[in-house]
Amino acid sequence: MLRLALLGALVVAAVGAVADIAPKDRRSGFEFISPQTQAMQSDETSNPGMLWVADGERLWGESRGSAGKSCASCHDDAVDSMRGVAARYPAFDEETKRPIDLMSRIDQCRAKRQGAPSLTQQSDELLALTAYVAYQSRNMPIAPPDDPRLQPFRDNGRDWFNRRLGQLQLSCASCHDERWGARLGGSVIPQGHPTGYPLYRLEWQSVGSLQRRLRGCLVGVRAQPFDFGAPEFVDIELFLMERARGLPMETPAVRP
Amino acid sequence: MIRALVNVPKTARRGEIIEVRAMIQHVMETGYREGPNGVTIPRNIINRFVCKYAGEEIFSAELFPAISANPYMAFSTVATGSGTLTFEWTDDQGETQSTSAEIAVT
Repeated sequence: MLRLALLGALVVAAVGAVADIAPKDRRSGFEFISPQTQAMQSDETSNPGMLWVADGERLWGESRGSAGKSCASCHDDAVDSMRGVAARYPAFDEETKRPIDLMSRIDQCRAKRQGAPSLTQQSDELLALTAYVAYQSRNMPIAPPDDPRLQPFRDNGRDWFNRRLGQLQLSCASCHDERWGARLGGSVIPQGHPTGYPLYRLEWQSVGSLQRRLRGCLVGVRAQPFDFGAPEFVDIELFLMERARGLPMETPAVRP
Repeated sequence: MIRALVNVPKTARRGEIIEVRAMIQHVMETGYREGPNGVTIPRNIINRFVCKYAGEEIFSAELFPAISANPYMAFSTVATGSGTLTFEWTDDQGETQSTSAEIAVT
């Protein structure tokens, strides 16, 4: 009897934790921002993220490192070769046997094939290249790969998403699954879909990565944030992309 | 290196009112912030922006510390003839940069 009651309690707890957003209710953060910010994002001549995209386009064609190669030497025109790529990342990396995000993949490609020094995670150069590559997937639906090797990492990401953290003891799900559409201070809580990264955040006055945003949230619940490039971040991104499946890519998005 | 996006219609009819837009990548450091070491970061903003149409000044602006990073400016002018619009801006470090765009007027 006790065992049955315990089992019942466990089932209730599990159901309580998995309050996933139904696919039909999935809404990009774009729908929660002001019309002015929406207009800024939609018009490419007023979207400041396009400055980074333009920078990335220039860097794409520039030779770097000891191999004397540019990105274009192997990948040709990114408009064709990089179309849809960002909508499928993170992907499984054969070498490390772990998922890898787009930013680290670009940096890995630089180090291995161009013989160029590794860029720091938050450097403008890496953000610009990533924004340019992700821009080639603009308006394409997010389509995570069905690679079974990714599943354990994605499950780990889901665990982190549902885990209560920090002094405030809040999980990602506490706000973004259970209270989206409500207000936190003056701003509407979005569902937390990573549709537009790297994106231009008005608060940052710059383009930043998903990891920068996640660190901001972690500090917000007064938890110790992971370091840039931490494997936990990639696992969380894997889960978030699955959670956002089907939403259109918006890179470079603009957020308040 | 020049990091700016300017937007001018490629063609226009003579006498038409056209919209000109410019967005410049710049930190626009206010001079009021402190770095991680507690030392004030010196002010570095674009303080002057000028647009010339076929050599004649049609728009200029003085910028101040309250203007955000990567300033965006939009203004209108009358398409008087085919030619070049040049955009020039100077920041507190004395660096002047420029870029240009062509317009064909029929």
